[in-house]
Amino acid sequence: MSALSSRAKRETAPASQFLRLLPANPGLALAALFLAVIAIATVAPALLTTADPIAADPLQAQLPPSWEHWFGTDHLGRDVFARVVHGARYSILIGVSAVALAATAGSLLGLVAGLSRGLVDEVVTRLLDVVSAFPDLLLALVLISFTGPGTTNLIFALGVAFVPRFARVVRAQTFVIARSGYVEQARTFGLSRTVLVLRHVLPHAVAQVPILATIGLGSAIIGAAGLSFLGMGPQPPAPEWGAMLAEARNYLRVAWWIGVWPGLAITLTVIAISVLGRRWQAAFEGRRSE
Amino acid sequence: MDSRNTSVATPVPAFAVSRLFRLRRNGLTAQIAGRIGSGLLVLWAAVTLSFVSVHLAPGDIVSLLIGEQLRTPEVEAAIRAEWGLDEPLPAQYLSYLTRVLHGDFGRSYILQTEVSQLVLSQILPTLKLTAAALFVAIVFALVSAVLSAGRRVPRSIAGALELTLVSTPSFWLGILLLYLFSFTLKLFPVSGDRSFSALVLPALALGLPLGAVIGQVLRQGLERALEEPFALTVRSWGTSEFVLRLRHGLRHAALPAVTLTGWLVGSLLSGAVITESVFGRPGLGRVTVEAVLGHDMPVVLAVAILSALVYVTLSTLVDVLYLWLDPRLRSDSREAVR
Amino acid sequence: MTPLVDIRDLTIAFPHGRQDNRVVHGIDLTIHEGETVALVGESGSGKSVTARTLIGLSAGVVGASRFDIAGDSTLGFRERDWRRLRGTKIGFVLQDALVSLDPLRTVSQQLSDAFGHPGYFGRRDGREESSALLLSVGIPDPERRLPQYPHQLSGGLRQRALIATAIARQPSLLIADEPTTALDATVQKQILDLLAERKQAGHTLLLISHDLAVVARLADRVLVMKQGRIVEQGPTKQILTQPTHPYTRQLLDAVPSASSRGFRLSPATQSETDAPALPAAPVQRRLPLPPKRIDATQRVLSARGLVKRYGVDSFAVNNVSFELAAGEALGIVGESGSGKTTVAKMVLGLVEPDSGTVLVDGQPWSHRSEAERRARRAGMQLIAQDALSSFDPRYTVEKIVGESLDTVGVFGRDRRQRVVEVLDAVRLGPDLLHRYPRELSGGQRQRVAIARAFAPRPKLLIADEPVSALDVSVQAQVLDLLAELQAASGTALLFISHDLGVIHHLTDRVLVMKDGRTVETGAVETVFAAPAHSYTRALLDAVPALP
Repeated sequence: MSALSSRAKRETAPASQFLRLLPANPGLALAALFLAVIAIATVAPALLTTADPIAADPLQAQLPPSWEHWFGTDHLGRDVFARVVHGARYSILIGVSAVALAATAGSLLGLVAGLSRGLVDEVVTRLLDVVSAFPDLLLALVLISFTGPGTTNLIFALGVAFVPRFARVVRAQTFVIARSGYVEQARTFGLSRTVLVLRHVLPHAVAQVPILATIGLGSAIIGAAGLSFLGMGPQPPAPEWGAMLAEARNYLRVAWWIGVWPGLAITLTVIAISVLGRRWQAAFEGRRSE
Repeated sequence: MDSRNTSVATPVPAFAVSRLFRLRRNGLTAQIAGRIGSGLLVLWAAVTLSFVSVHLAPGDIVSLLIGEQLRTPEVEAAIRAEWGLDEPLPAQYLSYLTRVLHGDFGRSYILQTEVSQLVLSQILPTLKLTAAALFVAIVFALVSAVLSAGRRVPRSIAGALELTLVSTPSFWLGILLLYLFSFTLKLFPVSGDRSFSALVLPALALGLPLGAVIGQVLRQGLERALEEPFALTVRSWGTSEFVLRLRHGLRHAALPAVTLTGWLVGSLLSGAVITESVFGRPGLGRVTVEAVLGHDMPVVLAVAILSALVYVTLSTLVDVLYLWLDPRLRSDSREAVR
Repeated sequence: MTPLVDIRDLTIAFPHGRQDNRVVHGIDLTIHEGETVALVGESGSGKSVTARTLIGLSAGVVGASRFDIAGDSTLGFRERDWRRLRGTKIGFVLQDALVSLDPLRTVSQQLSDAFGHPGYFGRRDGREESSALLLSVGIPDPERRLPQYPHQLSGGLRQRALIATAIARQPSLLIADEPTTALDATVQKQILDLLAERKQAGHTLLLISHDLAVVARLADRVLVMKQGRIVEQGPTKQILTQPTHPYTRQLLDAVPSASSRGFRLSPATQSETDAPALPAAPVQRRLPLPPKRIDATQRVLSARGLVKRYGVDSFAVNNVSFELAAGEALGIVGESGSGKTTVAKMVLGLVEPDSGTVLVDGQPWSHRSEAERRARRAGMQLIAQDALSSFDPRYTVEKIVGESLDTVGVFGRDRRQRVVEVLDAVRLGPDLLHRYPRELSGGQRQRVAIARAFAPRPKLLIADEPVSALDVSVQAQVLDLLAELQAASGTALLFISHDLGVIHHLTDRVLVMKDGRTVETGAVETVFAAPAHSYTRALLDAVPALP
C-alpha cells in the first residue's frame, strides 16, 4: 500500500515530483542552488555582505575587483558586490509582484471568456487583442507616463502588460477542456454545470498557470531591469540592477566591472528560473502525453 | 468516429481571426478581406483606448498632457482648443478620431513642435535599426535551427547558447559589446548613427536575443515535422536529409514560428527604445523615453498609436502569409473533395 | 536465383542507458522476386520496425549475420548507400496518406520529389510522367489532381497518390505498412484491388498488417510475429486453415464474424493482463456465450424521425428511426461521415435533434431541459471509443468508476464496494483502484470504461466504436466481456461500429447508415445473409474474409 500512496502523492503534486529530480540533474541542481542564494539576498542581504550599498566614499571610487571589494567599487566608491546583493530585492520583488498580478487577472479573464462564449468571450478576446497591439514594454511605458516612475507604478505597468499572455492560455485551455471527452462523459452522468466546471474544467484550465508564471518571471525581470535602466523604476541611489547598468554605461571606459556584475546577476537569475520552469513544464507535458 | 473536419488541425494565429468577419465559401479574397477588417477593428479600438485613458486618468486633462511646469493660461487655452475640451464628449471623440486619421497627433508643448513632424523626422534611424536587428535574428534562427535540429551535440550547444541569449537583457548585451568592440578593440563607433558600422553593434544587441527565441521555436517545429509520418515517406523516396529539412521541414517549422510574429514586432519596437538609449542613437525610442520622463503626453500617445499601427499591419500581413504557407486553412480548398 | 531480400538473424534494439531493449530477437526473412509476403502481428510485435529496417530507417541498433537486398550486402552501408537504394530498389507505403504525405505540398510537387527531380520548387516538366503514374494507380483525371493538396483528395485517391510516389522509380520491392488501416471498408477494398493488380503484374510485395483477413487475399506466404519473434510461417492457406501455433490459432479465433455469433472470441481463462496465458494444448475451439434475455414488451429506447442539420442544406442525420427493447443489442453500422456518432449524441441528449424525438422508457427525452433529464441519466451510460480521453487524467480508477454513481446517490463505503464489484466483473483486481488512467494498458482502460458504465445498473448502454482502437486479441476479450455483462444484466445495448464483423458477432438487429440516412434495417442474420440494398451488399463485399 505504501508504494501506491506514494505514487498517488507524486501524481497530485507535480512540484514535489520535480524537486525529487534535482540530484539526478546537475544543471537543475545548480539553478536551484543559485536561486537559493538569490532568495537569501532578497530576504536577508546582510547575511551575504556587511558593506553598505548606499553610502558613498569618494576615496574608494572606481577600485577594480580585489579581496576587499570582490566586485570592485563604483564611481561614488560604493561596494558593487553589496549593491548587487541588495539589488536582488528590487528585481525579485518587482518581477514576482508583476507576474502575480498578471497571472491572477489573466486567469480570471481567461476563465470567464472560455466558459461564457458568445458576447462576453468576444469582448474579452477583442480587449486582449487591443492590449496586445501595444508591445509589452511600450505599453508599460505609456502606463508609466500616466502614473509617473517608481517601484509600485512599475509593478502595475508590467503586470498589466503581461495579462494577455496568461489570459490567452487559460482561455484556450478552458475552451479545449470544456469540449473534452471526459467533460462530455461527465455530462452523461447528469452532473450539474457548476459541478462539471469546478471538478473537471477549472483544475485543468489553471494547471499550467504556475509554470507559465515561472517562465514569465524571467521576462518580467528582464523587462523590469530594462525599464529601470531607462529610469522608470526605483530611483537612485537604490541599487536596482538595471539602474546600476545605466550608471555604469557612463563609466565603461574606465571601470568595466561596474557594467558587468549587475548584468551577470540578471542573466544568471533569468537562466536559473528558465531552467527550472522548463524542466517543470517538460515534466507536466510528459505526464500529460503518456 | 465521424471526422468531417479533421483536415483543419493547425490553429490560426488567434490575434486576427475575426469571428465577426468569418465569411464562409467566399474564397481567399474574402478571407484576406476579413483579416484586414479585423486589423482595422483592433486599430480603431486602440485609438479609442488612448482617448478613453486620457479622459479616465485621474486629474485634469491639461496637466496630464503637459505636466505642471509649463502650465500658463496661453498654453492651457491652446490645449483646450486643440482637444476641443469645451465641447461635449462625443464631439471631442469624433474630432480626435478625425485628427488621428489625418495623421495629426497635435502639438508637443514641451518640445514646441508638431508631433507628427517630430515622429517623422525620427522614424528612419529606428527603422534602420529594427530592420537590421530582424535580419540578424532571422539569420541566426535559421542557421541555428537547421544545423542543430535532431542532432545531439549541436542541439545542446545551440540550446545552451539560445538559453543564455534569451536570458540576457539586450541593454546589457549592448554594454558588453560596447566595452569589447568599441572601447577595447575600437572596431566600431561608440554612439551615433553616422555610418553603417555604427549600426552593427546595436543590431546585434537587439537581434540576437530575438533570434534565440525564434531559433528555439523553429527547431522545435523542425524536430516535430521530422518525426511526422510524412518525413518517413519522404526519406523512403531516397531524398537526402538536408533536402528534407529545407524543402519539407522548414515550411512546417515556419508555421509555429510565424505565430511568434506579433511578439517579435513588439519586442523589436520595445527593444529599440532601450537599445537606442544604450548606444546613444537618435530615433523614436529616444524620443519616447524623453517624452515619458518629461511628461510629454501627446508624443507618448502618438508613438503608442504608431506602434499599434505597425503591429496590426505586420500581423495582418503574417496572417495572409499563413494562408499561403498552409493550404489547409484556405477556406476554398475543401470544395474540391471528390 | 538470389532472393530479393535475404536476412538472417535480424535483431533490432533501442538501447536506453544500460538497458538493451531488444524489440526484434533474431528473425530470418527471405523474399523472392514476384512473391507477396505478409508479416502479421499485433502492436508491439516488431513488424513495423522490421519493415523500416529494410530501407535503413529503423532508428534502432540493427544486427544481422546476413542482410542482402537485391544481391548486395547492406551490412556496413552508409546513409548515402541506403539513400541510393530507397525508392529505386524498395518503395515504402505507410498508412493514412493524410499524414504520410506532406500536407503543405501539392501532389505534383511530391511526385516530382519522389521521382528525384532536382530543383527546389518542383519543376513543371515532369508533368506527363506524373500524369501517367497517377493513371496507373487508378486516379482518373490526373491533370486535375496534380495541383491539389493531399487534404483536398478523398481518402482513396490520397492513398493511391501515396502509392504512386512509392512506385515512381519502379522499385523491385514495394513495402506496404498497414496500407488500408485508416480507410473505410469500401475504400480499403479498392486499395487491396490495386495491390492485387500489381501482384498480378508480377511485382514483389511485402505486406505488414495486424489483420489476417486483409492479408488472406493477397499473400503467398504469411509470417506471424509476436513480441519480436516469428512464431509461425508458411503458405497463406495453411496458416489460415491449419495453424499449428496456439498464438496463430488464438488470433484467428479472435476475429469476430458471422461464424463466431453466440460464442466467445477469447480463450476462457482470462487474467487481467492483456496478454492471456496460452493454453498448453489445443482445447475446444469455441466456448458458448451465456444466452441473452430479451424482453420485447419493454421498450427502452425509441428514436423517431431524427434529423440533424449542419449548415443550411446538408444533413448530418436525416430521418432516422429505431426502437430498442430491454436486453436487446442494436448495431448501427456505417462508414465515416455516415452520421452514426451524431445519432448516438442525440440519443445521449448531448445534441438536440432539429426534428424528431427520442423516448426513453416511453417518456420524452429530447427537447427537455437538462435539469429535467439529469435525474434519469443514470439509466443511460456511454462507452466512448477513446477510453483514455474519457477519463479525467487527475482521477484514479476508483474515482473514475465512482463518479457515475454520483447521481444515483451511492457514496462512502457502499460506493467503494460497488466499484470493487464492477471492477471484479470486468476482471480487474482491486490493486488497480489507485492507478491513474495513463498507467493502464489499452485493454485495461476499456475495461474500466465498461465497469464505469455498468456501475449504476443502467437500462441502456451506448457504445460508440468501443473496440476499434484495440488489438484483435484485446478486442476479443473486451467484446466477450461486453456480451457476458449485457446478458447477465439484461441491459439494452446500442452498439455503433464501422466493423461489420463486430456487428454481426454481437448484435441482434442492425441499422445500416449512409450519408445520414437509414439504408436498411432488420435482424442481423437476415440483413447480412440477404442484403436488400445495394449499399449493404457493397459493404459486405468489401469486407475481407478469412477462408
